[in-house]
Amino acid sequence: MQDAQPVIEVRGVTNAFGRQVVHQGLDLAVRPGEILGVIGGSGSGKSVLLHTIIGLRRPQAGTVRVFGQDAHAASEEDRRAIERRWGVLFQSGALFSSLTVAQNIQAPMREHLRLPQRLMDELAAIKIRMVGLPPEAGAKYPSELSGGMRKRAGLARALAMDPDILFLDEPTSGLDPIGAAAFDDLIKDLHEALRPTVFMVTHDLDSLHAICDRVAVLAGGRICAIGTLEEILAVNEPWIADYFAGPRGRAASACHGAGRRA
Amino acid sequence: MQQPVPPYSLSAEDGRTVVRLRGDWTIDRLTPGALALGDLPPPAQGVAAIHLGEVAALDAAGAWLVVRLALSWRAAGRATDLADATPEQLLLLERVAAAAPESLPAPRPRLYILDMLERMGETVVEGARHTLRQIGFFGLVLACAARTARSPRRLRLTSAVHHMEAVGINAVPIVGLLSFLIGMVMVFVSVQQLARFGAQIYTINMLEIAVYREMAPLLTAIIVAGRSGSAFTAQIGAMVVNEEVDAMRSMGLDPLEMLVLPRLLALLTMVPLLTFLADIVGIVGGGLMCWTFMDIAPAEFLERFRSLPWPWHFRVGLIKAPFYALVIGVIGCFEGFEVTGSSASVGERTTRSVVEAIFWIIVLNAFFAAFFSTLGY
Repeated sequence: MQDAQPVIEVRGVTNAFGRQVVHQGLDLAVRPGEILGVIGGSGSGKSVLLHTIIGLRRPQAGTVRVFGQDAHAASEEDRRAIERRWGVLFQSGALFSSLTVAQNIQAPMREHLRLPQRLMDELAAIKIRMVGLPPEAGAKYPSELSGGMRKRAGLARALAMDPDILFLDEPTSGLDPIGAAAFDDLIKDLHEALRPTVFMVTHDLDSLHAICDRVAVLAGGRICAIGTLEEILAVNEPWIADYFAGPRGRAASACHGAGRRA
Repeated sequence: MQQPVPPYSLSAEDGRTVVRLRGDWTIDRLTPGALALGDLPPPAQGVAAIHLGEVAALDAAGAWLVVRLALSWRAAGRATDLADATPEQLLLLERVAAAAPESLPAPRPRLYILDMLERMGETVVEGARHTLRQIGFFGLVLACAARTARSPRRLRLTSAVHHMEAVGINAVPIVGLLSFLIGMVMVFVSVQQLARFGAQIYTINMLEIAVYREMAPLLTAIIVAGRSGSAFTAQIGAMVVNEEVDAMRSMGLDPLEMLVLPRLLALLTMVPLLTFLADIVGIVGGGLMCWTFMDIAPAEFLERFRSLPWPWHFRVGLIKAPFYALVIGVIGCFEGFEVTGSSASVGERTTRSVVEAIFWIIVLNAFFAAFFSTLGY
């Protein structure tokens, strides 16, 4: 699997807002089936990178290839075919507020496919159960859900098309520690069953320890280090040292290190 | 996306019923043939097996079709095995089976007439509550205005000036143009009608009454309700959705003082000014029409206009303007605060704010007409 062609290949991407350069010749390759965590300080361009890969933002320079196809140069039809194969969980869920949760999950199916309503209802119910929501949640509107439930519902919608790539934008932010840990388990669990490639932007050190196969560190407009957590920790870079050696970093690694040994 | 081979086949082997699946069983490749899998009748006797050995790709949707078949056959008393699945496929099948939807009890059908009565009742009760809340809001705004009047330094002057620009200055072109056209149309229509009685000479009196007393204030108020009342609702509504209003309250800032008073002040100053502008431009439009249509030169028009005997048409129009401003401001801001959580509700409330504001403007106008004519003005 190591040698397989990367699912996402970012080459020489440069992004700038006016004179403020966010990315400068950024390279990144995501391997099929892995869970990649992308970390970086606030304002280092993690979300911009995510937006560039999913095509919401056109970079000033460089290419983004998804499934081997140039995502920004592809024809309308090819783009739609690519879009069908990924699911995105936005930071605050971004559920359509005028639709119920079940309708939200069915929205991409309805748009891209012709399936009988009964099957879509059943599939939506399965996705709702899979992300750990109670069955009644399907008939509710997003405004009637708590923040954590909205995240889960957003994840269910991202999974609606059984995507090959799952993009998660800070999936555990805004959740309490118990909820965040449960969400980590959920992602791990779903990854085991559905085997998508996961591209996860995160601030959560526990998530990195618990579920990520590899970690990419975004700093100075480039990916300054990428590898397993152990490899990253061995890299001699002041920002990385600060990041993991801070009180939270130490607590997370102590806790997970102990867990691993036990 | 049609597959050349049927997605599954049914056969009997050693007294067992065997279903063999082949090809892709993923959500975007489900053919009608594949979808029919769940409707296969359970075998009449013996045990059954579903073979997945030739399945190229399986995802949750495909897995559900397999699980659904297995479940329905097992429910019919036929032992059904899943065979030849890879470990990953088995895991997926297990997960999907664990998440299989229970057949939820169908909601009991209700009498249509009961539903209708309930909806009607809800509408009436909600309407009454809404009106009460609106009156309460108006009271709060008045109390807040009184507090601010006692300590004028609390007034957000910068914000008020900003809104004056948005409400007033930016509305000048549209108010001017529309009022100009209305003035022209007034002359155009009344000349034709009055000529039948040989009373064209009263066209100017007609123009004065129509523009000063009714058209200028009404037109201005309706334009401002559409432009600014809706904007206020949307602005405040978006702030409610963003929890900005809660943040203000938590800091001890009064949203009424911060958001409502500056907007209200802007309306109270700008609507009369815009009405005055509409007065002038409307008369200019009418005068121009008199010149081209009736050969009344501008100088003569002014002379006659100045000698009109009754000063109250103009005053009545301007007296009405601040009341309209109050209606627009209070309803626009109130509906903004009525927004709940979702972005859909911002749109709903914005529509409601404009419709309600225009409704009350016209009702108020009727009230004023009766009031002033009773007083003899």
